[in-house]
Amino acid sequence: MRLIRIWPESAHFDFMRLRRFSFPLSATLSLLTVVLLFTVGLNFGIDFRGGTLMELQAKSGRAEVAKLRQTAEGFGFGEVEVQEFGTAGGVSLRFPIQAGGEAAQSAVVQKARDTFGNEYEFRRVETVGPRVSGELVQSGTIGVILSVIAVLFYLWFRFERELAIGAIVGTLHDIVLTVGFFVITRHEFNMTSIAAILTIVGYSLNETVVVFDRTRELMRRYKTMPVEELLNLSINTTMSRTVMTATTTALSLLALVIFGGRAIEGFAQVMLYGVVVCTYSAIFISSPMLIYIGLRSTETAKAPEGKVAPAE
Amino acid sequence: MLRFSKTKIIATMAVILIGLLLAVPSLMSREEREAFQRSLPGWVPSWLIPSRAVVLGLDLQGGSHVLLEVDVPDLLRTQSTALRDDVRRVLREARVSPQGGIQLNPRGVQIRVPDQADREKILPRLRELAQPLGSAVLGQGGGRDLEVTSTPDGLITLTYTDAGINEKVRRAVDQSIEVIRRRIDVTGTTEPSIQRQGADRVLVQVPGLQDPQRLKELLGRTAKLEFRLLGQQGAADVDMLPMREAGGQKVPVERRVIAEGGDLVDAQPAFDSRTNEPIVNFRFNIRGAQRFGQATSENIGRPLAIVLDNEVISAPTIQSAITGGSGQISGRFTVQQAQDLAVLLRAGALPAKLTIVEERTVGPGLGQDSIEAGKKATYVAAILVMLFMFATYGMFGLFANIALLVHVGLIFGLMSVLEATLTLPGIAGIVLTIGTAVDSNVLIYERIREEAHAGRSIPSAIQAGFERAFATIVDSNSTMAIAAVILFFLGSGPVRGFAVVFILGILTTVITAVTLTRMMIALWYHWMRPKALPF
Repeated sequence: MRLIRIWPESAHFDFMRLRRFSFPLSATLSLLTVVLLFTVGLNFGIDFRGGTLMELQAKSGRAEVAKLRQTAEGFGFGEVEVQEFGTAGGVSLRFPIQAGGEAAQSAVVQKARDTFGNEYEFRRVETVGPRVSGELVQSGTIGVILSVIAVLFYLWFRFERELAIGAIVGTLHDIVLTVGFFVITRHEFNMTSIAAILTIVGYSLNETVVVFDRTRELMRRYKTMPVEELLNLSINTTMSRTVMTATTTALSLLALVIFGGRAIEGFAQVMLYGVVVCTYSAIFISSPMLIYIGLRSTETAKAPEGKVAPAE
Repeated sequence: MLRFSKTKIIATMAVILIGLLLAVPSLMSREEREAFQRSLPGWVPSWLIPSRAVVLGLDLQGGSHVLLEVDVPDLLRTQSTALRDDVRRVLREARVSPQGGIQLNPRGVQIRVPDQADREKILPRLRELAQPLGSAVLGQGGGRDLEVTSTPDGLITLTYTDAGINEKVRRAVDQSIEVIRRRIDVTGTTEPSIQRQGADRVLVQVPGLQDPQRLKELLGRTAKLEFRLLGQQGAADVDMLPMREAGGQKVPVERRVIAEGGDLVDAQPAFDSRTNEPIVNFRFNIRGAQRFGQATSENIGRPLAIVLDNEVISAPTIQSAITGGSGQISGRFTVQQAQDLAVLLRAGALPAKLTIVEERTVGPGLGQDSIEAGKKATYVAAILVMLFMFATYGMFGLFANIALLVHVGLIFGLMSVLEATLTLPGIAGIVLTIGTAVDSNVLIYERIREEAHAGRSIPSAIQAGFERAFATIVDSNSTMAIAAVILFFLGSGPVRGFAVVFILGILTTVITAVTLTRMMIALWYHWMRPKALPF
């Protein structure tokens, strides 16, 4: 039986050399994300913005989007976002938060049910008032910050300080680029997105830790090996595993994107992107960082050729 | 070395088998489960048979999740109004009349009594209105819910303290939960969950509800019923309230309450025998009947306002004294409205207005579709990953695949035991762990291959592979677990469901990928005595 090998057995690829491309690239992308975040901003869902979301299903199997939009606009609840999805008459309506405080939100649902109830089935109705959305923003933000801090402590406890810093830089990089994905694709950013980001934090570290575990082991074995060589060796020896895991994870996420249904699709797409970014950053961001941080205080790493400002 | 004692093998198999058996009920439908339970012979003890199943979240089985918040300003208004009546009683008993009446404040009342002798007469009595707080620690009985202050120029203010307000809000939430339970029980929904959330909120979760609008009607109504006399326009002590029959036009209603909803012992929907309109018949308790009888006999010919939540439903003229303690409410109701009003009156009034701050309703059809899609994605992901593993590692891939299937089974088994809720993101979590679960096996196998290339014999390479990869597996899974635990404490509902699956998935991965595969490989080596690694 011939078995598949994705990554050649005894590769000696010089990954570290590519940092002259990867660092500027990531720095540019991160900067671009920050700029876009403040200019274009995220497409916040009702979890964080408040408002009302409805998913309707036309009983006749065909949704009359234009008519729906016109009628909904006529309610006087502000600007309505109407989107058609699927081919079987699925429509989503998003109403902005109403000025009259919490109680005013209910009127929106009542009105829509009374108006569209005959021709459409209401498959999902979600209303989030201003107070709850504020709390969700808070807990979402706290969660992401807390996870980074908690993980930093764990790494500090398990690894050398330089390795911990390298891993955290990579993770922050992945968070920023994930946010960038949301900004550019206009994917709705809600509580599920926070779950996706935290999962990506987990996966990102998973990738980095596997490489760094090997780095640590090799450091003990080859006491005099220069940092660059050490890192190249770590990545090359763990590369076959990295490719395997990225592939299996991507395969299962692909199944989710294609078959998981509309509600999961967004989450799965973000995660799929996350797997690619995390794999890239573990190799091309976290590891080369160690060259700049100075993994070995006993040994002065040779200054890299070309002036490359470290990202972040 | 690759030695597995018989006991160890049996113990491992037993743990896994029990875990998988626990998952079985979750794979059956409710009917199948019950039929299976009945089909068992009587001598089988019930604890032996796993019966707990994974609970499906509202996003999968359909239903309504409604978060209500006590309207604190409204609660304080109600409390202050009651306080005003108490203060009025104290003043009347002491024969003191304040300048400009009693003023309502947002957190209490104030009066102006310029005369010092009068002030000294009433202040101690006003202080008696303050209730000690129930939560006062032993030996520290200092806390009271009301603070009474007076200034030399005669201003007396009664203000509820922060601790007093907190206590009142807490009590209002407790009462609201009781009232809501009584209201929902009438609708006949199965297994509603009603729980306190935070200081001033109630979370109501009702699975599989057909009519969420009606649920909100029942939850959002305070249902404060009062019988008051219509007053004279412009007279003191009247409120101007909208009248339903007159299209919302305001009418003057006396502030004095003759009887209220709390005095009712029963309320039933019925039809008026003359007009055939839907009405609500009610019966008073003894106190209510006495007061009602007295007031109606004294006021024959005057209209009696029936006030529900500060709206006059109807104001029939009192024809004769009503002493029997029963009466009827009419008000151009539909049948449904009459039924709901009867339910609300029987369940009692809420202590304060409740506002819906969050609502999430999923129709049963969507939930069913989500489950179907989730199942499909799970199968496809499992098949793809298993094919890929087999194509890469051959025989060892097969072992990893068996471990993978057991891992998914164990997640369900653990969730059943914990009676955890499976949500839509939870399904996504399961599919995701299918991808990441094999990571541990991949780490081990790649390490074995390396060790073999470095010149070790097969058993020693396998041994070293497992040992060296283990530290990495622990490290990489721990960081994942940290993120998952934070997600669990942070999220609620569906997102929390994802975190649960994620955490359990990490646990079962370590069990299956390390222990189970190791056992399979050990047995394989024992029987086959291979000359080379199969990959």
